[in-house]
Amino acid sequence: MSPLHLCLALSAALFCTGLVAVLIRGNAILVLLGVELMLNAANLNFLAFWRFGPGGGEAGLVFVLFSIAVAAAEAAVGMALVIAVHRHLRSIRIADANRLKG
Amino acid sequence: MLHASHLWLIPALPLLAAAVGAAAPRTARRLPVALALGAIIGSFLLSLAALAGALAAPAAKLTANFTWFWAGSTAVRLGWLLDPLGALMSVLVCGVSVLVFIFSTAYLRDDPRLGRFFTCLSLFVAAMLGLLVANSLLLLLVCWELVGLASYLLIGFWFERPAAAAAAKKAFITTRLGDLGFLLGLLWLFHATGSSLFYDGGAGVLEGGALERLAATTLPGGWTAATGIGLLLFAGAVGKSGQFPLHVWLPDAMEGPTPVSALIHAATMVAAGVFLVARVFPLMAADQGLGGVPVHALTAVAVIGSVTALLGALLAVAQTDIKRVLAYSTVSQLGYMMLAVGVGAWEAAVFHLITHACFKALLFLGSGSVIHAAHHEQDARRLGGLATRMRFTYVTFLLGTGALIGLPLVFSGFWSKEAVLHAAELWPVSHLPFLAGLAGVVLTAFYMTRLVSETFLGRARGDGAAHAHESPRAMTLSLAVLAVASVAAGWIGTPAWPWLQSQLTGAPVAAHGLGEGLGLMILSTVLVGAGIAAGGWMYAHSPRADDRAPDPLARRFPGVFAALVARLWIDEFYAATVGRLLRGAAALAAWLERWVWGGLVSLTGRVAETTGEVNRAIDEDGLNTGFDRASDGLRDAAQRYSRAQTGEVQGYLRAVVVGLAVLALLLVWGGIR
Amino acid sequence: MTAASLLTALVAVPWLGALLLATGGALPARAVRALAALASLSTLVFGALLLARFDPAVPGLFVETRVPWIRSLGIDYHLGLDGMGLLFVLLTGVLGPLALATTLRRAAKVRAAAAWFLLLQGSALGVFVALDFFPWFICWELSLVPAFFLIRGWGGANGGAAAYRFVVFTLAGSAGLLLAFAALYAATGTMNFADLAQLRATGELAGKLGGLGTLAPALAFLGVLVGLGVKAPLFPFHSWMPATYAEAPVGVSMFLTGVMSKMGVYGFFRILWPIFPAELRAHAAPLLVLALAGVLLGALAALRSGSLRRMLAYSSLNHVSYCLLALFAVAGAGRADGVAVESALAGALIQAFNHGLSAAALFFVAGVLEHRSGGTSDLDRFGGVRAAAPRFALLAGVALFSSLGLPGLNGFVGEFLIFRGVFALQPLVAALATVALLVTAIFLLGFWQRVFHGPRSGAVTGTFADLDAAEWRVLGPLVFLMILLGVAPQLLAGLVNPLATAWAATLTLP
Repeated sequence: MSPLHLCLALSAALFCTGLVAVLIRGNAILVLLGVELMLNAANLNFLAFWRFGPGGGEAGLVFVLFSIAVAAAEAAVGMALVIAVHRHLRSIRIADANRLKG
Repeated sequence: MLHASHLWLIPALPLLAAAVGAAAPRTARRLPVALALGAIIGSFLLSLAALAGALAAPAAKLTANFTWFWAGSTAVRLGWLLDPLGALMSVLVCGVSVLVFIFSTAYLRDDPRLGRFFTCLSLFVAAMLGLLVANSLLLLLVCWELVGLASYLLIGFWFERPAAAAAAKKAFITTRLGDLGFLLGLLWLFHATGSSLFYDGGAGVLEGGALERLAATTLPGGWTAATGIGLLLFAGAVGKSGQFPLHVWLPDAMEGPTPVSALIHAATMVAAGVFLVARVFPLMAADQGLGGVPVHALTAVAVIGSVTALLGALLAVAQTDIKRVLAYSTVSQLGYMMLAVGVGAWEAAVFHLITHACFKALLFLGSGSVIHAAHHEQDARRLGGLATRMRFTYVTFLLGTGALIGLPLVFSGFWSKEAVLHAAELWPVSHLPFLAGLAGVVLTAFYMTRLVSETFLGRARGDGAAHAHESPRAMTLSLAVLAVASVAAGWIGTPAWPWLQSQLTGAPVAAHGLGEGLGLMILSTVLVGAGIAAGGWMYAHSPRADDRAPDPLARRFPGVFAALVARLWIDEFYAATVGRLLRGAAALAAWLERWVWGGLVSLTGRVAETTGEVNRAIDEDGLNTGFDRASDGLRDAAQRYSRAQTGEVQGYLRAVVVGLAVLALLLVWGGIR
Repeated sequence: MTAASLLTALVAVPWLGALLLATGGALPARAVRALAALASLSTLVFGALLLARFDPAVPGLFVETRVPWIRSLGIDYHLGLDGMGLLFVLLTGVLGPLALATTLRRAAKVRAAAAWFLLLQGSALGVFVALDFFPWFICWELSLVPAFFLIRGWGGANGGAAAYRFVVFTLAGSAGLLLAFAALYAATGTMNFADLAQLRATGELAGKLGGLGTLAPALAFLGVLVGLGVKAPLFPFHSWMPATYAEAPVGVSMFLTGVMSKMGVYGFFRILWPIFPAELRAHAAPLLVLALAGVLLGALAALRSGSLRRMLAYSSLNHVSYCLLALFAVAGAGRADGVAVESALAGALIQAFNHGLSAAALFFVAGVLEHRSGGTSDLDRFGGVRAAAPRFALLAGVALFSSLGLPGLNGFVGEFLIFRGVFALQPLVAALATVALLVTAIFLLGFWQRVFHGPRSGAVTGTFADLDAAEWRVLGPLVFLMILLGVAPQLLAGLVNPLATAWAATLTLP
């Protein structure tokens, strides 16, 4: 396996872990963690293609920098939401926040 | 001398007085009186000037025509006419008016509405004078209606009295019934000739061309247009001049103040009908009739005139109210005038009109003097014995009576009535009018003798008569002047010197000696003597003892007398026929309004309501049910599907992931790029 | 001011006044009255300005403005005035302010009443100047709304019912009008009166209208006839009238009978006759009978009514029917005696104006009597008014005799000309119609005798004041005009003669 493939495999595993966490876990913070994992898997992909991919230029690297900044903001917003939900419902279980039920 | 173009001044002066009087404040009592007197004297002088102008050229028809307004592209023209007929009548009307005005200042001295009275009188005189100098049938109609209005206002002068108000209305409406004929005649004339001017330099309706056309136009039934128009115009004259069968309003009109009765309902306005027929005489006579015998429009005039002459005299016999006796006498005398016109002697009619105006005004003013002195007692049964208390009034009244019944040779009425009867005698169509006229002579002498005896002779039978005094100077002055006129007015038209006749016709009328008409004169003198003798024997010979004693005539002929007192039930007949017809028609119209038109409306409303109700039922029970069911189903389905919305974010996400996975698999396996 | 802006201002100023009053917030009552009077009097001013431009040599429109308005529908903003329109504008100018003053005199909610009235006045003016069906119909219908609210809100005890009846009747008529013009539009693509008359004159209209169906021409004629007939009113579409005139506030009754009934008469001359001459001619005989029935039954029904205003309402039916009688006689005659035709047509228009004056004056008299007696309209509850209020009696008497057709007053001229024309065209009809003259005299003098003559009785026994200054200001001008126009009818005849001559000329063309 080439280093690119290794990197991609690692990234896919990471993404799946994150996705499962998002879909399965009841705790909102853990769900957020899952989201971070998925973002980082994507970052890993960018880096891998930048390092081992065919094209030139620094686009991959720049995307990763953007992505980290966005992830930080996302984490902050997410945490704020979780705290707001907790204040409101005295719980951070996602299943409790089902007000939009039809 | 007055030019025709200045004739308008004659009616304008009193009209101005009336206008100022109407606008003057009510507190100003003297102003309208002074204005009215000044205006009528001015008009009198102008009329004299006009008469001088007319007599200078009696045959010339001096006119001043002008355009009133335009209807479309045709002018509606009016005009003034100066001829001996109009000018003489103007002088007469102004002269009598001056005297009546003077009389009224004393007669109505205490009336709070004296100013209003003179305003109305001025209006009347203005309209009457306008009627006389009009050269257009339309202008004549305008003035004709205005004298009707003035008459209405003056009959109803004491409008607080229901009888006066009713009499005023009756007079106006009865005359208006005749006026419908007048209007139709005018319309017809207008249509047939395109003009309403009497004389217009050859194009007027009373001049050759138009008359020939009218006489040549025949209608279905064989009548000529001239006859038809003449009869319609005569209908107007019948109403205005109180001819049978429209005479019923004239006696009732005596509800007005006595000077009004003297001026309007004896001397002037009621003679306007005679004047009208005399004015349009060329038209009435245009149709030569059969074989030169005038048997059309003028025949009707003669017949109506003779019937009225006799009927009026008959009805006068049984009246007890002084003024009503005189009123029926007026009806009768107007009948004589119509009779004269009808038999073709319109100048004799005008002659009688002039003398009648003088002596009937005198008689009415004399009765006014009596009524004034006797504290408004006008029932002859409660008068009596006034000959000694009111010597001056008595003498003048006697003079007027002499003129009315036609005492021979001295009195004016003798000569004018002789002229009328002479013409009637020569009428080739029938002798009946002449005989009716002779009968009327007897009756006239009889009822006037009765009236004089009851009023002046015997002894006083009531408080009013017992305390009567001679009337004030202003009243006796008018009586004196009229008494002189009543005697002297006859001298202008005697057979020996027929000045009036020749001036009126514009051609010299040959004086005929007394021989030709002598037989008739002797006959009528005998008849007058018989009438006086009968009246004197019944009434003067043994005067009634008190006001409740039955009439001598009633004792002898109770049935006849009762019929005459009831005025031959003519009023009742009209009430039962025309009145009922009109009321029935009005009730029918009201019924139609209420039930048919109103009912149709209600029915339409019902139909609309019912349709609405049906509509509602269909909507609610039919259409709406279907809609309801459909929407219920929709709501159920929605409820079912909404269960999928659990509100759990992770559940949604799972679905999204599954969906993505499926899409990805499709992408890969489908080979879609 | 240009002619076009004069016409626009004529209609717009009363509307503007209404808008100001309706939206202007709380104004002192005096300001409201002053503003309303100004807006209402503007009609007279503009009418006088237009009169100055009137040219007797021009038989048609002497002022006209026509700009495209709604191009896709072919609708023009088409205003114009000929002698006939000017006649009615002047009538509105005279009666509008007087009727407004009467309405506001003792009204509650002065501001609302004034606003409604000005809306009514402006709409009526719009009807007289609009020459395209679209703006014309807007004004025609718009006049109903204020009339409805005025009758319901300020009228008598049964004002509500009367107002409903009035509106339902006229709306039913308007539906006919609308459908008829929809058909005309579908057939020709225009709703302009002048264009339609032109099409009719060239003979194209019949073919085009016939293309819609064989019955279309007859139905369109019928629709217009009914629409106008309700308003005029033409017998037997008059059932709304007695109750409405009796229940409306006096000032509104004055305006209804004086101006709004003339909208119908105007429509007969402006719309029905030019666009449907052949149909009118074909049906002239039955229509003549209807007009004659209106003349006779109106007079007879008036004879029977014990209530003052109902009597006057029937009298109005009688008088307005004379105008229609003249038109139908002329329309039915085809080529005929030009003098008679001119006379009848000029007479009909003069009669319409004169009836407006005298009927409005008589309704005002009725209003004075009702006010003095505390609201009674029953003829038997009066007596001896002449003794109590002589000046009032004098002016009322002039109005009464004017209505009765006394020569020397205005009412005579129109009636005489109508009779002159109709007699030449239809002698029998004229002769029958004269009977109504007699009946009119009977009921008017009967009214006069019962109410004004005799001893003081009923409502007149107590204090019964003579006219006050405000009442003089209403009745005085009307009576002055009655005498003036009676003596000098040329003032009116001059306006309508060019038209009458031109119409007669088109009739007598081969």
